[in-house]
Amino acid sequence: MALTKADMAESLYEELGLNKREAKELVELFFEEVRAALGDANHVKLSGFGNFVLRNKTERPGRNPKTGEEIPISARRVVTFRPGQKLKQRVEAYAGSQQ
Amino acid sequence: MAEEMQTNAMMKSELIERIARKQSHLAYKDVELAVKSMLEQMSNSLSGGERIEIRGFGSFSLHYRPPRSGRNPKTGGSVALPGKHVPHFKPGKELRERVNESMLKEAG
Repeated sequence: MALTKADMAESLYEELGLNKREAKELVELFFEEVRAALGDANHVKLSGFGNFVLRNKTERPGRNPKTGEEIPISARRVVTFRPGQKLKQRVEAYAGSQQ
Repeated sequence: MAEEMQTNAMMKSELIERIARKQSHLAYKDVELAVKSMLEQMSNSLSGGERIEIRGFGSFSLHYRPPRSGRNPKTGGSVALPGKHVPHFKPGKELRERVNESMLKEAG
C-alpha cells in the first residue's frame, strides 16, 4: 500500500469538510505549485517536512551498459529532498521490517 | 560533482498564498489547513513505514541505514549507533524534466 493523491483528497474531504471536487483540486494544485517553483529554478522549503533542493551537476563520463561504449553524461539540474529534523526523528523511530 | 544552486526558495507560506490565489472561492484559512493536513498525512504515512506515490511528481520511501559504530567528537570514545530508517525521495519523470529544462532555458 502507498499513499496516493486520491487518499489525500479523501482525507481533506473527511477532515476539513471540503467537497470532493475542491479536495481533489487542492491536492493537484499543491503538487503542481511545488513542481512549478522547482521548474522555475527555486528551492522549496516546507518546514516540519523537508526541503526540495536544486543542484547543478557537471558533465561526467558514462558508459552504455549494454555495449560498453563510452558516452558522456551531460550536465544537468536535479532535485533532491532533504527531510526536516521533525520528519527524520519520526521516521527513525519506525521499527518495521528492515530492508 | 553537484553543487547546490544559489537561488531563492519558496516557503510554505508562499505556497499557501499561491494556491489560495488560484482557489479564490476558498478562504485562505481553509487552504492553509489543507496544506498542513497534506504535509501531515505525508509525514504520517512515512513514519508508519508506508510509501507515498504521486504520479508526475515522485515517490517517497524509507531507506534502511544499518547499525554502525561512531565516535563521540568530544571524548573520542566509540559509540554504537543503532540501525535506522531515513526518508528518500525519487523524483518522477515530469518533475525531472521540468527541473532540467529550467537549466537548458538559462543556457539559451
